[in-house]
Amino acid sequence: MRRKTGRLLRGLALLSTLALGATACGGSDDSSEQKQVSAGDIQAALEKGGTVSVWAWEPTLKTVAADFEKKYPKVKINLVSERSGDKHYTALSNAISAGKGVPDVAQVEYFALGQYSLTKGLTDLSSYGADKLASKYTPGPWNAVSDGKAVYGLPMDSGPMALFYNKKVFDKYKIAVPTTWDEYVEAARKLHKADPKLYIAADAGDAGLTTSLLWQAGSRPYKVDGTKVKIDFSDAGAKKYTDTWQKLIDEKLVAPIYGWTDDWYKGLGDGTIATLPSGAWMPANFVTGVKNASGDWRAAPMPAWTKGDKASTENGGSSLALPALGKNKELAYAFVEYANAGDGVQTRVKQGAFPATTAELKSTEFQNTKFDYFGGQEANKIFAESAANVASDWSYLPFQQYANSIFNDTVGKAYVSGTKLTDALKSWQDASVKYGEEQGFTVEK
Amino acid sequence: MSTPVTTTSPAPPAKAAGAPTSTPRLRTPRRHSPGRPKRSVLLTVLTSLVVLYTVVPLIWLVINATKTQSGLADSSGLWFAHDFALWDNIRDTFTYHDGIFGRWLLNTAMYVVLGAGGATLLAVLGGYALAKFDFFGKRGVFAVVIGAVAVPGTALAVPTFLMFSKMGLTDTPWAVIIPSLVSPFGLYLMWVFATEAIPTELLEAARIDGAGEVRTFFQVALPLLAPGLVTVLLFTTVATWNNYFLPLIMLKDSDWYPLTLGLSAWNSQAETIGGDVIYNLVITGSLITILPLIAAFLLLQKYWQSGLAAGSVKE
Repeated sequence: MRRKTGRLLRGLALLSTLALGATACGGSDDSSEQKQVSAGDIQAALEKGGTVSVWAWEPTLKTVAADFEKKYPKVKINLVSERSGDKHYTALSNAISAGKGVPDVAQVEYFALGQYSLTKGLTDLSSYGADKLASKYTPGPWNAVSDGKAVYGLPMDSGPMALFYNKKVFDKYKIAVPTTWDEYVEAARKLHKADPKLYIAADAGDAGLTTSLLWQAGSRPYKVDGTKVKIDFSDAGAKKYTDTWQKLIDEKLVAPIYGWTDDWYKGLGDGTIATLPSGAWMPANFVTGVKNASGDWRAAPMPAWTKGDKASTENGGSSLALPALGKNKELAYAFVEYANAGDGVQTRVKQGAFPATTAELKSTEFQNTKFDYFGGQEANKIFAESAANVASDWSYLPFQQYANSIFNDTVGKAYVSGTKLTDALKSWQDASVKYGEEQGFTVEK
Repeated sequence: MSTPVTTTSPAPPAKAAGAPTSTPRLRTPRRHSPGRPKRSVLLTVLTSLVVLYTVVPLIWLVINATKTQSGLADSSGLWFAHDFALWDNIRDTFTYHDGIFGRWLLNTAMYVVLGAGGATLLAVLGGYALAKFDFFGKRGVFAVVIGAVAVPGTALAVPTFLMFSKMGLTDTPWAVIIPSLVSPFGLYLMWVFATEAIPTELLEAARIDGAGEVRTFFQVALPLLAPGLVTVLLFTTVATWNNYFLPLIMLKDSDWYPLTLGLSAWNSQAETIGGDVIYNLVITGSLITILPLIAAFLLLQKYWQSGLAAGSVKE
């Protein structure tokens, strides 16, 4: 039921964004010749004061907003929304297409940025000086917010991936931590044989995980050049992924549990799910969601596709962007820069957020942080190394939100019926191509 | 959940149900009298299944509201965990995030009083007028009302949003209250009910005695309409109390959330990077959320039961 509603909402959200795209193209041409805003302009705006409305669910922003108001007493940050994902984008797209009630700042995940930037829904921040911040960030997130010239948001956090594993379970059955995906499959067999109730991972079909693993395997299924799009899941990287994951699915070595559900949290707690390839932000969710397994889990580098290869990948992560229809642009930008490039970064890292800035990732304080949850492990070292090894040439579709929403109808079949993963990806590709064409993209197959 | 099937208690034996066990002395076959309705095994089994289907989630809710977050992960869904944290959970539900749950409860109450109350009032006035007065276009109104019953609210949500946005009403309580005021089904129900429950002769008598239309309505018609009114009130209350999609689209500021939206926001925190996982509070909050509805049903039971039965027997 929840999934259905989600799908419906995503559909609606997309419909309204694209409807906006059609109207936006006709009306406002002034966005292309944006005036340059100097640091002096921003300073003047901060002294004059005003209100900035921010739609973001990232929990540490509350403190950041309070600090910002303390520093600039005339500015009020109006932080709204406790919701994330679909509902957030529905509300944002609705507001944009209605042309009213659009926030000055919005949190937008990397995979969804393309959709808003393509329809000219976001302000290009390079005229505010954001293009000079490129060197502050790791390549993965920066590549996600910028297309080389324009900058559509500042990276808030990042999700270099690591393999979280339940050490207690691994020790009990004397299984070595896998360093390659082939070893991973071996470990999965060994574990499931030792106790049929245990699975190496939970995967019932998750678009985010699949795209991340394709990314790591060197596959580049999406190529985007303005409104020209190419979708192809048949390269060598994709084959590495499908070959391996097909074994896991065929031999029923992955638990059919959807991520982020209570079952999932339960499985992570009781050992049913023995590993979790996920983003470096996961520890915070372990601490609040899987309290009872504290001390059982550890982090390890992502298994490699070929032995010795260090290539890593990203999962999740979001930026703060300025919707084109928002007001108080100077103030809004000042806040975004404070939160994601200035003092706010430290505040957020202290509260458990995972940074996208190289300075924080390299700092000894950050690297030496001991995670009580992981039995005192200095896990940030693993995450920081992963962040440095992410290939930056990945891109998502300009309608990735829609593509992800049909993932379970297409690729999901590989998990529930005998459909081969390769065929399932092909049907995802076909459905995405069809949708892209309907939306007026030039799709090369 | 596999429990419902296996734990179904066997239906009471049909013998005890009044089938003749004595020797068949009388030739006339014994018909079941209205006082002792005939029992059917099949029906009993089916009803038991339905009862289980309805009650099990409720039991699950009550049991799990007593668990802490880690207790939820450790224990089986249908039995208690080692810790009993119901009181802590209730306290935490009302204090989490500066007590925003209390605010959501008050918001919901306000939406129900103004939205459902207003909808009932409009339905009663409209239903009475349609049933007892002849005017031009009555058939047209009938067609529109019946048509409106068939349109799901979800389909109208986005157009309504765009309209309200143009009027500058989104993100205010009015965006939830005003659409709630319209209840085509309530109007239809009151119309049918008023036709049956108010003898036209009575109204004529009142008019002959010199009562004005307003007085006739309030003193003669309204008491007769009471059971129907309560039924409509219950329907609209439940609809407004449970309303999710409309506030979801209309509201952004969590200060104006109703309970449904607030709980869903708490639930989705678990899906957020770095978000606080508070399933225990979501469950306890859900339990607290349904209590007023259960109370409303129990308190108004006798009214709406007579209301639903009205018109079924011709005097």
